[in-house]
Order: sequence, then C-alpha cells, then structure tokens
Amino acid sequence: MSMTALVKEKLGIVPLVEGGKTYKQISDEILTPVDSFPTKLWWRAFLLSATITIIDLAIIGYLMYDGLYILGINNPVGWGFFIVNFVFWIGIGHAGTLISAILFLFRQGWRTGINRAAEAMTIFAVLTAASTLIIHIGRPWLGFWLFPYPNERGPLWVNFRSPLIWDTFAVSTYLTISLVFWYIGLIPDIAILRDRATHKVKKWIYSVLSLGWVGSNRAWSHWETVSLILAALSTPLVLSVHTIVSFDFAVSILPGWHTTILPPYFVAGAIFSGFAMVVTLMVIAREVFNLKQYITMKHLENMNKIIMVTGLMVGYAYGSEFFIAWYSGNEYEGFTFVNRAFGPYAWAYWIMISCNVLSPQIFWVEKFRKSIPVMFAVSIFVNIGMWFERFVIVVTLHRDFIPANWALYIPTFYDFAMLIGTFGIFFTLFLLFCRILPVIAIAEVKTVAPKLDGGKH
Amino acid sequence: MYWFTKEQFHTYQETEKGVFGLFDTPEQILHAAEKTKEKNYEGFECFTPFPVHGLDDAMGLPRSGIPWVSFFMGVFGCTFGFLFPYLLHAHDWQINFSGKALNAWPAYIPVVFEVTVFMAGMSGAFTLFYLARLGKPDRKPLHPDITSHKFALWIPATSPNYKESEVVEFIKSLGAKEVTVVK
Repeated sequence: MSMTALVKEKLGIVPLVEGGKTYKQISDEILTPVDSFPTKLWWRAFLLSATITIIDLAIIGYLMYDGLYILGINNPVGWGFFIVNFVFWIGIGHAGTLISAILFLFRQGWRTGINRAAEAMTIFAVLTAASTLIIHIGRPWLGFWLFPYPNERGPLWVNFRSPLIWDTFAVSTYLTISLVFWYIGLIPDIAILRDRATHKVKKWIYSVLSLGWVGSNRAWSHWETVSLILAALSTPLVLSVHTIVSFDFAVSILPGWHTTILPPYFVAGAIFSGFAMVVTLMVIAREVFNLKQYITMKHLENMNKIIMVTGLMVGYAYGSEFFIAWYSGNEYEGFTFVNRAFGPYAWAYWIMISCNVLSPQIFWVEKFRKSIPVMFAVSIFVNIGMWFERFVIVVTLHRDFIPANWALYIPTFYDFAMLIGTFGIFFTLFLLFCRILPVIAIAEVKTVAPKLDGGKH
Repeated sequence: MYWFTKEQFHTYQETEKGVFGLFDTPEQILHAAEKTKEKNYEGFECFTPFPVHGLDDAMGLPRSGIPWVSFFMGVFGCTFGFLFPYLLHAHDWQINFSGKALNAWPAYIPVVFEVTVFMAGMSGAFTLFYLARLGKPDRKPLHPDITSHKFALWIPATSPNYKESEVVEFIKSLGAKEVTVVK
C-alpha cells in the first residue's frame, strides 16, 4: 500500500528532501558548487586557512630544527597541547563514523543528507590528529618505528603490551577503513561528475577517480553489501578507537587517569564534540552552498538532540568521577579532583563544565533546538568545552605524588601555534573537499527523496 | 537460506554490442527487469543512478557473496593478529616488562581486534573492486544521464536468443522512452 501525502501529513512525517525534486534537480543542485567558479567567500576562507597551514608548517620545521624544549612541556606535564589536540581531533572524527555507520545500521534515512560531509570531516580530523602525534615524536622521520617491521637490529620489536602501540594500530585502522568507506560511497557520485564534466582535464581526473563506474545493478548489489559490511565493522571500530585512546591515560597508574570510567566517558565525549562540529560545519555549508532543502531543520534538530543526550552523559561522567574520588577514600584521587576544580587550573575546569554540561541544556526547549543562531553558538561552546575537557585531564597532572615536582604548565607561543595550525590543516582540507567533491551523497539522497508520483514504494 | 554458492559472486559483464532502452523511474525499470527475466535474455543488465530496492530479485540475482570473503579474512586477521604478538613476545624477543608474564595475552586484544577489522573491511572492499570490475577508467557509460537520473535496460548481443528487431520491439513495449542499438 502506498502512503498518501495526506496520511503522511497527519502522522507528521516530514520529507527528508524538501521541495519535491526530480532526480535531475537533485544532481544539479548538489553539484552546483562543484561546477561553478568558487565564490569570494570560499576564496577568503580558503586563503585564510591555507595561510595558517603554511605558517604552521614553517613553525613545525623550526620546532624540528630547534627541539621540543621550546614548548611549555615539563616533567609532570610531559604531553601538553599535543595530546590535547590529538584527543580533541580524534573525538571530532567519531561523529562522522557514527552518522555513516551506526545510523546506517539503524536504518536512519535522515543520515543521507549529512553523511558525506561528516565522513569527510572524520578523515580530515583523523589526519589532523595523526599529524599532532607524529610531530610530538620530536623526530617525525622515525615515526615508522611505531610499526612492527623486520629490522637489522636483531630481534627488536615494538611492545604489544603498550597502549601507545594499541593507539598506532587503532588510529591507522580507523583512518584506512574510514577512507575506504568514504571512497566507496563516493564512486557513484564521482561517476556523475565524470559524465557531466566538459573540460578535458576535469573529465580525465574524474574518470580516473570513478574507476569506470557505470551504474550496473550487479555492481550496485555488491556495493550495497560492502557498505553494510563496512558499516557493521566501523561501529565497533569507532567505539574501540576512543576506548584505546582513553587507555593511553587509564592504563597508567596516575590519580585521575587510572579509572575504569574513562573508556565510556571518552566515547560519549567524542560523539558529543563530533556532533557539535558537524552542526558547526553544516550550518555554514547549507547557507554557503544553498543546500537548505537537503540539510533540513529536521537534520539539525536530530543532531541537537544527540548533542543534548551525549552532553548529559558527559555531565554524568564528571559527577561520577568526583563521587568516586571521594567514595573510594583514596587521598591522591581525592586531591587530584579538588585540585581540578579549585586549583590553579580551576578556570579551565569551570569553562569545561559550563560549556559541556550547562550550554546544551538549552536544547530542552524546541524553539532553541530549531534556531540556527542558538545551535551555532552552542556548537561552538561545546567545541571549546570539549577541548578544555582534554586540557583539564592532561594538565591537572601538574601536581603529582611528590610536591617537590609541582610546577605549572605554561604553554608557549609554539604550543598555541600548533593548536591554531591544526585548525588551519583541517579547514584547508575541508574547503578543498567542498570544491572538488559533492558534499551530499547524491545517490543515497535519491533513495530517500519523496517520489513525485505520490510515494508508491 | 543463505549458503555459499558460486552465483553469489556475480560480476559486471563487459559487453560491446546490444540494445538499451532508457526509463524515467525506478518502478519502470523494476517492471522491465521482471519481464526481461521471463523472456530469458541471458546476461541482461540494468543501469541505475542509485541502488533500486528490489531490483536484485527482479533480475534474479542472488545475494552478494562478499560477506564470505570478509568473514574468512576476518578470521585470518584475528588469528594473525594474535599469533604475531604471541610469537614475538613469548618466543622471538623475550623481555620482562615490569614482571609481567611473557605471554600476557589480554594485552594483545586491542591489536587483535584492530587487525581483524582491518582485514575483514579491506578484503570486502577489494572484492567489490574485483567483482564490479572497477579500475577501468576508460569505460564509458551507455548514456551520460544514467549516472544522474535515467534508468537503462541493456540486452547484449551475446544472448543466444538475441534478435535485434525483436529486442527493440520488446524494449519499446516495456515503455522505454528512447531505444538505442549499439553496434
């Protein structure tokens, strides 16, 4: 039985693509930014982020030449901004996988409007995160030592019992699988670009990238199965990656880090910050590229609901940590948490609490959940708050077991340059993506677009 | 029941000559595929801009066999991911880390898991590339609109019961807007 428009209206079923579009219109409208010359706004944004990236690369070069001592890191706080940036960007990436994999398994049709951009965000965020790790090694040209490979130094291997090696495996698997998942989804859309391209060079590039996809149903049949397999594999993968990132902390025996709550707390925080970043990017993208009928208020509202739920989970984790610090009766644990909230870095702690726990509460009200300025502001607050969450975890190590070691971690110019640089790298890649590839999964959106003949399905 | 058969690994058929008709909606191509199957045209193919629900059944295609490949490669990855750290730490390079057992196997689990996922996912992806015969960038679609908004039914000249005039009439009778003979 077909569901008539009237029944849908009565049940309050909102179409996922508005405006009753034909398949041709969908292709044309999504590909407009790729077909036309970039706007002034795009050039400004691109030049700004590209300049930041180039300056950042120069500073990284100087950092390699001079040594990591020019950073603010010291003995109790040996990781500093690098690990904060690493955890922050890896976390951002998780929302992309959640949208493309977990919502796919739950058959959430609304994900099709945002999954492509969110997956791109994942890949660029993981690349950015990996770059901070590689720089932090201090001798990035020896980064391959992290992988077990047969070498000339006798039987000398990496230590598989170390969380740092788990991290290497988790991040590299996550990056490859996300990249392959994204690319397989892109192949049919690149084929549309190939068939529309008029310029010779453009046609050649898209021909190579589309690998000769012609839309045969035998290929589609395998394509759908592989998408399902990759979604099913990515779901536990995404949970494992942030769990393993949290093991970097939890496996150590330091107060405030050595807790079992860390894995779920990190995963919830990752989804929370990732969705905030998706909202930030989508609110901008739908304005700039005129995609309001594809990325609808329903998409944004759903994401805001997820932000609110995960914000509550993160808030619960903050409370639970404090409670257990007191309830366990462990005085080192207790001191660490009192020091977090009332010590020299109390300002960071309270920025974290107000941005992550208080600001998303505004989404209880439907009016604010559907207001673009409000959600944009909250998404920015959440991003700031989640960066500070990692800062609080890493930096409150400044008072460890021996008071003689106590020192403050004061970031230098170079620490801040690395932080700003990661944003430069991420936005440069993301802006390039918006120009050369479709920001919305065209083939998948067509499958959820309302049928013009009244919805016979 | 889903059990291993050779047909699950159906591949994209590269055919040069034949007839194709263009349709406007997924419903039309579904109907056309069902009728064409009844006519027993061997190796006929549908080209669509997006995966059309139910078209596999209409064409008589079995479910894809890629899960088999992924599963067995996942099992291989799991075994390899465990044996590698085990042989390495317990045999090849025995070093005592803070008094822990040489074969501290629970500590290998994160790596075992990641290697399993990696092998299962990548093998699935490469099997898709092989079965869909991707990697031929110079392949041309039958019609440039197929990847965007048209649905095509293709009957190749290699089919034993292929007679050009008959096939053209047949595709027209299915309601195709445009029928083209490729020679």
